[in-house]
Amino acid sequence: MEQPVLPTNTYFMLYIPCPHCGLRNETEFHYGAEAGVAYPDPNALTDSEWAKYLHIRANPKGWLAERWVHFAGCGRWFSLWRNTITHEIGPAYLPFTTQPKSPGETGKEDSRI
Amino acid sequence: MINTQDTLPPGTIGRRRAATLPEQPPQLWKTVKPKKAYDAVIVGGGGHGLATAYYLAKNHGLTNIAVLEKGWLAGGNMARNTTIIRSNYLWDESAAIYEHSLKLWETLEEDLGYELFFSQRGVLTLAHSVSDARSKRRNLYANALNGIDSEWLTPEEVKKLVPIINFSEDVRYPVHGATYQPRGGIAKHDWVAWGYAKAASDLGVDIIQGTEVTGFDIRDNKVHGVHTSQGNIAAGKVGLVAAGHSSLLANLAGFSIPIQSRPLQALVSPLLEQVLNTVVMSGAVHVYVSQAHKGELVMGAGTDAFNSYSQRGGFHVIEHQLAAAVELFPIFSRAQVLRTWGGIVDIAPDASPIIGLTPVENLFINTGWGTGGFKATPGSGWVMAYTMANGTPHELNSPFALDRFVTGHLIDEHGAAGVAH
Amino acid sequence: MSEISFHFDDKLYKGQQGEPMAAALLRSGLLSITNSTYHGRPRGVVALGVEEPNALVQLVSGTKESMLPTTVIELADGLAARSLTGIGALPELPDEARYDKTNRFVDTLVIGAGLAGLNAADEHLRAGREVLLIDDQPGPGGHLRHLGLGLPPALQNVLANENLMYLSRCTAIGLYDQNYVVAVERRSDHLGNSAPLTRSRIRVWHIRADQIVLAPGAFQRPLIFANNDRPGIMLSHAAATYVAKYGVQIFKHAVVATVDSQGYRDALRLHREGIQVQGIYDVRTEAKGPSVDAAMAAGIPIRFGTTVVDTISNEEGVLKGVILQDLNTNEIVQTTADLLAVSGGWTPIVDLATHIGIKPQWSEEHAAFVVKHSTAQLNTAGMLAGDFGGDDDPLVFFGPVLNAEQARHAYIDLQRDTTLYDLRRAVGAGLSSIEHIKRYTTIGTAHDQGKTSGMLTIGALCQLNGDAKEGKLSLSPADVGTLSFRPPYVPVPFAALAGRERGLLSDPIRITALHQWHVEAGAIFEDVGQWKRPWYFPKPGERMDDAVRRECIAAREGVAVMDASTLGKIDIQGPDAAVFLDRIYTNMFSSLPEGQCRYGVMCKADGIVFDDGVTTRLGKNHFFMTTTTGGAARVLAWLEEWLQTEWPDLKVYCTSVTEHISTIALVGPKSRQLIQELVTDIDLSKEEFPFMHSRMATIDGIPVRIARISFSGELAFEINAAWGHARYIWERLWALGRPYDLTAYGTETMHVLRAEKGYIIVGQDTDGTQTPHDLNMSWVVSKKKEFIGKRSFQLPYLKATGRAQLVGLLPENGEEVIPEGAYITVLNAKPDEQGKTSHTGFVTSSYYSPALGRAFALALVADGLNRMGELVEVPIEKKVLRATICDAVFIDKENVRRDS
Repeated sequence: MEQPVLPTNTYFMLYIPCPHCGLRNETEFHYGAEAGVAYPDPNALTDSEWAKYLHIRANPKGWLAERWVHFAGCGRWFSLWRNTITHEIGPAYLPFTTQPKSPGETGKEDSRI
Repeated sequence: MINTQDTLPPGTIGRRRAATLPEQPPQLWKTVKPKKAYDAVIVGGGGHGLATAYYLAKNHGLTNIAVLEKGWLAGGNMARNTTIIRSNYLWDESAAIYEHSLKLWETLEEDLGYELFFSQRGVLTLAHSVSDARSKRRNLYANALNGIDSEWLTPEEVKKLVPIINFSEDVRYPVHGATYQPRGGIAKHDWVAWGYAKAASDLGVDIIQGTEVTGFDIRDNKVHGVHTSQGNIAAGKVGLVAAGHSSLLANLAGFSIPIQSRPLQALVSPLLEQVLNTVVMSGAVHVYVSQAHKGELVMGAGTDAFNSYSQRGGFHVIEHQLAAAVELFPIFSRAQVLRTWGGIVDIAPDASPIIGLTPVENLFINTGWGTGGFKATPGSGWVMAYTMANGTPHELNSPFALDRFVTGHLIDEHGAAGVAH
Repeated sequence: MSEISFHFDDKLYKGQQGEPMAAALLRSGLLSITNSTYHGRPRGVVALGVEEPNALVQLVSGTKESMLPTTVIELADGLAARSLTGIGALPELPDEARYDKTNRFVDTLVIGAGLAGLNAADEHLRAGREVLLIDDQPGPGGHLRHLGLGLPPALQNVLANENLMYLSRCTAIGLYDQNYVVAVERRSDHLGNSAPLTRSRIRVWHIRADQIVLAPGAFQRPLIFANNDRPGIMLSHAAATYVAKYGVQIFKHAVVATVDSQGYRDALRLHREGIQVQGIYDVRTEAKGPSVDAAMAAGIPIRFGTTVVDTISNEEGVLKGVILQDLNTNEIVQTTADLLAVSGGWTPIVDLATHIGIKPQWSEEHAAFVVKHSTAQLNTAGMLAGDFGGDDDPLVFFGPVLNAEQARHAYIDLQRDTTLYDLRRAVGAGLSSIEHIKRYTTIGTAHDQGKTSGMLTIGALCQLNGDAKEGKLSLSPADVGTLSFRPPYVPVPFAALAGRERGLLSDPIRITALHQWHVEAGAIFEDVGQWKRPWYFPKPGERMDDAVRRECIAAREGVAVMDASTLGKIDIQGPDAAVFLDRIYTNMFSSLPEGQCRYGVMCKADGIVFDDGVTTRLGKNHFFMTTTTGGAARVLAWLEEWLQTEWPDLKVYCTSVTEHISTIALVGPKSRQLIQELVTDIDLSKEEFPFMHSRMATIDGIPVRIARISFSGELAFEINAAWGHARYIWERLWALGRPYDLTAYGTETMHVLRAEKGYIIVGQDTDGTQTPHDLNMSWVVSKKKEFIGKRSFQLPYLKATGRAQLVGLLPENGEEVIPEGAYITVLNAKPDEQGKTSHTGFVTSSYYSPALGRAFALALVADGLNRMGELVEVPIEKKVLRATICDAVFIDKENVRRDS
């Protein structure tokens, strides 16, 4: 018997909470993938580790801390938690501030290994 | 197309009959319970997974295998995609695998004994600027050396082939010409999945639905089986063919892959009298359209730019898509959007697939087809079957190894299509 | 309501203005509207609204849109339509209608202006909220409208409330996250010929609501029995409404088949209009309630435990009689009827609720899926929430048991001509998922998207192995779930969703301050991204080749001028600007003296070149960066990303000034002479103003910055001024330039000139896979400092030998320009047994050079820098050209002209 299909069958228009400008439609933003991936010391890494930095970003099914930039507004980067299934949006935070806890369970959502 | 001046004779009701679809066979695949062990297990019951199972059985004599699908069979991309089939990719490595796939398409109905509505009605890829035309011509020359049928059409020739394209003076991005692959075309997506499923099932492959892989039995860096929602299944080899869910499976198996899962949408119109006899793609204007045998327009839209497993897309993407469609085909202005779908596509950094070995022995992966996987269904399954059966990649998929991201040998197909279809 | 005429299938009909076309056609006696798509069976109107499966037509008047239900088309002046057999036609004539869009932020959005929606609106208004009320009908009231009843007095005030906006003919097509709703408002079709030309035909509403009340109501559904598709068989509520509200008087003998009390209410309406109701055949074994009592009191015969199994038609295929069966005794009852009104139960419209992930619940009590949802964001109300009104007790029943022959004509999806036989076949094939069954049978995939057939499919599936006469199902609909609902809720024309983004509004056009001059000078334009750039300036009688040659000669031998304003320009300031540029560019910029310019290359972290340009140091902490035309936004975004997310300690401020500053490139051996006439306040000599220096000056009081940057390889002066001054300066140059035979040149000539010097164009001579080393630019790669991308040069593939490298090519035949994009092979290369020919590179840029008097090209060739002088082949369409690999700089290798 089939798994029950999650009946999420429509479009979205995310409403993104820019920390400076407030809630704005997603069309004013560009995406920056997983948050918290700091630029490493390139010379301290093996090719394999460097390739991980270049190409691997978390891709969880669930809560993801990710980066956005409000290109059509204030032009500033920030991060927020978002659930990649339901598109619920969690707390937003500025770069170089402490990341808030994930609104979902901690430790279960995969991140880069 | 109707001539608004003509009148029907009195008493006539309606117009011509619509093209019928042939009846489906009375028996598709057998419904069975999973065994405790198999020689090989394929995780993911979409087109690629089913094709892999079929070729494992047919080409390599491995029939003690199972396809595990967590939902209903072929409920992902194969349940609705834009059905575009072509092989005129830029890089030799890409061209080789897509062309191999196209050759398999050309005999697939016969091989499977199943109607697929495979129609080689040509694929036209439009160029809308000088630089666009330049890069497409490069693609042509590359195709020529790879023995792939591809030709350049001038705007006049494009107009003759597709009269409904907008060639008026005030169009924003005029057509500068197009590449055309006559052997490209379309096929009926779900029937392709069912054809492979039935053929695999007839060869003895177990097709198991409603069974989700929740973990792997890995010891000494070798896989010995899978944990599923229906219990543990031992397997000599495991193939991960789960498209947008690939990252999750890889992580469960203890390694990471450079895949991001993004939404992609497609839409159809109601049935219409035939106005479009070929497939038209335009990267610049973001239009990908064909008209199916039944009569509906099938259109693809762009991906949304962020990660999502929601299986839905942004409405603004649809609006933008349709503005582009009406701009390119003014006759579509009164066509209607009947239904839209959203799915999850697995995007790799170079818009090329990842097919082959993983850091775990006997665990193989096939992912990263992104927005262009349907056309590769036969070829992808074929090489994946080879790789699993032999434990090493075929020369067709060795360039698409996971470790190319470490060596830097990416195969960048972003230019080939804004959204590969 | 005035009487009007309209045409259908070229016959003239009369009707009332504003009523549905279906009503007028029925009143005229037209029961058979069309033939079915695949079986060719006659079909007529069965329903009241968008759920109508049969009576779809093509407009022959107005916009000529097709696949429109006659139950929705409102009669208006000049209307003409023709029937369809399930296939629409696209009119060739242009669509003259206007379509627009609007955004709205509201406190409360109420979807549905039936009783439940109006009550909700009232409640929210009393709470002090502003309300937007939308409903897809021409007027409010929902069922009340169909019953011909007005609104209760209490609710009449709701619509007059100044804090309520009411939109009729407005359909919510999709519900999204965070209470975002898209609705489609039909604004002028109902006005026919009197529609003002300025009124948009359809308006798309993008609504963000703080709270949503969802009260869309329900559809009635039919039953599955043999030959259940004949004209004359209708949903009972629709039949009663056509008769009672719209005065359809063509029926004499009606049979009502029902599973609930709705059938009784409709039987009473028919009876009151003078139709002889032969009987109410209720499949339930007993029924109670006011409607039942009233029917009995009216003398309408009622028979329980009985339902329809088959129907009989006349020669035209129209209903003539009904065959019923008592499910207890199996007795067959046959009766004449020209109307069979079927009440198979109500199906609440759950679609929109499922759009945002709410799962409908099967309610045995309602014989339906309902959605009872109440949160701060969204509340369901009315029939959707299971509020069906008092006196009902429907049986969960979808049709009698039928044999194989009967099943072949027992329709489930009228539009797809799919039957119970097809459903059984799907199950027999081993399919159990409703999604598979749908795809196997194609049920629910047509224009009506299963509005009446969806629930029937689920019900039929559940009944398949059960005991229908006892109402016992082998499966519960709760186990099967609903079919998936996908937007749009009703079909929407492409043009409506395209809105105003048509023609020249489909993408912004970017033009420079000099655009008008270019137009008047007869320039032929090229699209470079969104910009319109002059491609070449043909004189009368010139082809492109001629113009380009003339322009090139002017640039190399006299003086020529180009509008370079589209180049990306970024102003970079701050005490850490120099340090920042050192990290971004592959070469050093902190060492650049003030007042000087340097060419720089940028790579992404993967080591691949993604942009280049000349950056000028205006001051200790002030740089002026240029990028490629297409790369401006991308580069600025790149700079900001690093500054904000990696290096917040760097004090650097970047501003896009692409549109603030225009750039005029004056080029050629005579350029100094010309510019000296215009710029008199600084010394423009070679000694005082060397190559790659920048100076401030004025032109007639206008501040300008002049840079000796040369993309052509000639002596050249780039005049930068505020955008608004460009035209003045340009005109001054032209006035002074006449004695010099000043020539305007465009992008094609620019390409030729730079290619003669081996200067790359990112995106043409690069394809996203080149490092600076591949481009023979190791000189631009600093060995001293760290920069973005450097690490990646160490990756095995990026430092491998045999990589494609930028070289020049001289074709053997100097008159033949090699096509750009052509691939290069070694001499006498032949295809292998698979028909593939190995290649060794491709041509990136290729032109005829008037200066060289021959064709030349740039190419990326494997290990090209070590193959100088090698003869190679370039197979093109019908022949094989030959060319020699050479240095990529063809003109003035010592740069004497450039530096002069």
